[in-house]
Amino acid sequence: MTFTAPALNYTLLSPMLILLGGALIGVLVEAFVSKALRPMVQLSITIGTLVLSLAQVWRIRNEESTTAAMGSVVIDGPAILLQASILIISIISVFLIADTDQFTALAAALPGSDEERHAVQTGNQVTEVYPLTLFAISGMMLFPVSSDLITLFVALEMLSLPLYLMAGLSRRRRLASQEAALKYFLLGAFSSAFFLLGMAYLYGYSGSVTFAGIRESVVGGSGNDVLLLIGIAFVSIGLLFKVGAVPFHAWSPDVYQGAPTPVTGFMAAATKVAAFGAMLRIYYTVFANAEWSWSPLLSAIAIITMLFGSLVAIAQRDVKRMLAYSSIAHAGFLLAGVIALNKAGLEASIFYLFAYGVATVGAFAVVTLVRDSGGEVTDLNRWKGLGKRSPWVAATFAGFLLAFAGIPLTSGFIGKFSIFSAAYENGAKGVVIAGVLASAVAAFFYIRVIVLMFFTDPIQDGTSIEIPSILTRTAISSSIVLTILLGIYPAPLLTMITNFSTFIR
Amino acid sequence: MMWLTLLMVLPLAGSVVIVSLPKANEKLTKQVALATTLIVMGVTIAMAVGFERDNVELQFVEKYAWIPSFGINYALGIDGLALVLILMSTILAPVVVLASWNEAHGGRWSVKTFYILILVLETMMIGVFAATDLFLFYVIFEAMLIPVYFLIGGYGTGERSAAAVKFLIYSLFGGLLMLASIIALYVMSGAQGGHTFDLAALSNLEMSSTTQNFLFLGFFIAFAIKAPLWPLHTWLPDAAESATPGTSVLLLGVLDKVGTFGMIRYCLSLFPEASKTFTPAILVLAVISIIYGAILAIGQRDLKRLIAFTSISHFGFITMGIFAMTSQSQSGATLYMFNHGFSTAALFLVGGWMISRRGSSTIADFGGLQRVTPVMAWMFFLAGMSSLALPGLSSFVSEFLVLVGTFTRYPIHAIIATFGIVLAALYILIPVQKALHGPTTPGNENLSDLNLREKIAIAPVIAIIVVLGFYPSPLLKVINPAASHVIAQFGFSDPEPNLNSGDK
Repeated sequence: MTFTAPALNYTLLSPMLILLGGALIGVLVEAFVSKALRPMVQLSITIGTLVLSLAQVWRIRNEESTTAAMGSVVIDGPAILLQASILIISIISVFLIADTDQFTALAAALPGSDEERHAVQTGNQVTEVYPLTLFAISGMMLFPVSSDLITLFVALEMLSLPLYLMAGLSRRRRLASQEAALKYFLLGAFSSAFFLLGMAYLYGYSGSVTFAGIRESVVGGSGNDVLLLIGIAFVSIGLLFKVGAVPFHAWSPDVYQGAPTPVTGFMAAATKVAAFGAMLRIYYTVFANAEWSWSPLLSAIAIITMLFGSLVAIAQRDVKRMLAYSSIAHAGFLLAGVIALNKAGLEASIFYLFAYGVATVGAFAVVTLVRDSGGEVTDLNRWKGLGKRSPWVAATFAGFLLAFAGIPLTSGFIGKFSIFSAAYENGAKGVVIAGVLASAVAAFFYIRVIVLMFFTDPIQDGTSIEIPSILTRTAISSSIVLTILLGIYPAPLLTMITNFSTFIR
Repeated sequence: MMWLTLLMVLPLAGSVVIVSLPKANEKLTKQVALATTLIVMGVTIAMAVGFERDNVELQFVEKYAWIPSFGINYALGIDGLALVLILMSTILAPVVVLASWNEAHGGRWSVKTFYILILVLETMMIGVFAATDLFLFYVIFEAMLIPVYFLIGGYGTGERSAAAVKFLIYSLFGGLLMLASIIALYVMSGAQGGHTFDLAALSNLEMSSTTQNFLFLGFFIAFAIKAPLWPLHTWLPDAAESATPGTSVLLLGVLDKVGTFGMIRYCLSLFPEASKTFTPAILVLAVISIIYGAILAIGQRDLKRLIAFTSISHFGFITMGIFAMTSQSQSGATLYMFNHGFSTAALFLVGGWMISRRGSSTIADFGGLQRVTPVMAWMFFLAGMSSLALPGLSSFVSEFLVLVGTFTRYPIHAIIATFGIVLAALYILIPVQKALHGPTTPGNENLSDLNLREKIAIAPVIAIIVVLGFYPSPLLKVINPAASHVIAQFGFSDPEPNLNSGDK
């Protein structure tokens, strides 16, 4: 038996390889660099790696290849756009993660134990969150460009495992944070199992694990349809879990609430881009010819997700939980883009993912600023009168909320308009009408927060606005500028997306 | 020359100047705001002089690509209808700034913010009437809710935040229904020769009558919420009660006109067939609004709520005029929109001064103002007479035109609506009697009369009401061609007068 060395196109894979390299260096730094220097060094390496990777994505923007890694990775226009979105969102998120005050000094120590106290007292802050973030990002980068099921699964685990850990790193309310991590892990493992099972069925159906092979069988229609249906259903469950669609959403409010806020923002924004990216690729290329079998069910899930997310969000009293349910509703809106199954739908989804991701990171960045002596204040009642205490912070948060609500002159409106019109074009009128109604409901709870911040008087309970560090300030201001800019003049980005977004098969 | 863009940029530029002013210098802020609105008014009048009255095509057209991927243009242009409404808005803006000189002081935020919001709102008021690209119109239509929301919630009185939220939720809900219709139009235009939002192109779309009916409803409900038509009016009295008088003038005088303007510009031109289908139902709603608004106005104890209900009655007249589809009723409705802006402004501003002097908005708290503050009382009286459409004042002309125009096609509706006029006499004369005449209510003896600033602010409003009452033809010359064009364009013709029927 001879062994053939795999032929890899390192240039096309370099954005991901750079990230993995950066992550490994981060692990070494964690082990060997003195604790005084560590945060600075780690931050520089992480940002440097991300910027380098982004530059590399830009360099290969006009390349197209299905054979970058022996047919396991496909690089095309949407891949470039999705990878760039993930990197930009990640860079903004890392600015927030750099706030070490959010993270436990020693994750390995039991909450309230002597070791933990010792670590805090000696200032022995570990910074493992940086390499973990880089590992997660490299998984996210691989997820939407995978073109066989094995690679897809590896990417899924690559992005998930670091996130499970990161969810448990909160400095305050550590038990809640660990509970969130465990919950995320268990449910995530469960959904991975579904995903694997679906893969097995798809293999049984087509005799192939590559997207191209499965697509051929779907187009040819020769295989056993029952296997295909079960395969589609189980793979979809795995993906729908990651994007937090109803009824696979149960993890997200608890995890959003328990995880350290910078991690929540990162997770909410970047994971969505990666997961929807993969979903778009699979549904648009592999399953496209079996539209009749998944479209009705996916439409139903989209409608339920939009309405459920918006309605339940009304009842939330905690800002992070509210944003969690709002992100569920947005997952529903994004599913409309998958259902659209046309070029307009792909373009709209990519725009929406980027716009939503940026606004989400920004919104969570603002959440990190509202604090009292015990840490962040996420109880909405204590956000009363924020507009009086700190008009600019409150106005920025209001800007993000208006973007989520899809008010014109924000990026959210352009996203919503384009995604709904794409879905309508494919005849999904029910989804569009449900989407419009859900938007009206959603507007209600976003506006309620604005009322709380601006139209009620502050209560004196020690809640204050932290003066943002220069990094947080950069993160917030770049997010709000992008959000407004993409609302007023989205033409350049939209044109770019139009030029890029065709999947190659 | 880019007249319309210039008009929209000027208030924004003013607000930028205000941003850079020191917070402490409130007087300078107000002066800048007043100067800006006066300049905008001057430019509008200069533009209006250059408007060709007999030309029914859009004038002052501008068009630039905005979002080419979706076929969206930044496209502006005005016909007689839009010109009249822009003129009204830009004349009212300096009046409001001057009249509400001290209104911003009771607010949650600074005086500076108040005037920034007003100026941003003025930009949007001009844009919403000038837009000829549906997408641009929608963007402004929705975005202008935000400054009004903050004006009500931040500077109003009483239950201001609840009123602001109610206003916003109602409007957003209507707006989202309209968005669904807009998306459908956009998709259909894509199937019929390329995505576009150009109004002229959209009005040539072919669609089934069922589709047309649904899309019409999406638009109409949004506009009926704006121009409050019974039963979608409930947000208005609350908003008017809580908002400052100046905000109310802009809200009822200008913003609500977007609703009736939209009915003509968008409902009639995009969906002529559906408009015909729904006309009977809409006319019934309009007549109910006229009567219902009037009866509830009679029952109000609060001055601001009373004015709000009178407006609901007036918007009923406007809607009836629009959907009666005769050129007279159409002209009347347009003129009514203009006149209503000024008579409501007069009522709200003088009412607002009365309220701020007395510290109460309950009608029963006033009394005998005629003796104590004669100028203020006379102004209120004149404003009231204009609201009840006394012959010789401007509203009479428009109300008469609407009724005559409606009568030729829908006599029964017109006759019932005429009772609205009788009720109008009641809802105006009762507060006039209670507030202005009779013995001076204790506590009112030392109220001060209008000062010079207030007199200057109200003078142009009263002047317009009186002058246009005797001599409406300058305005009608602009309105009539546009109105006849609307009627002719959509295949309606005025009913032939049947002179011989009485001979037999």
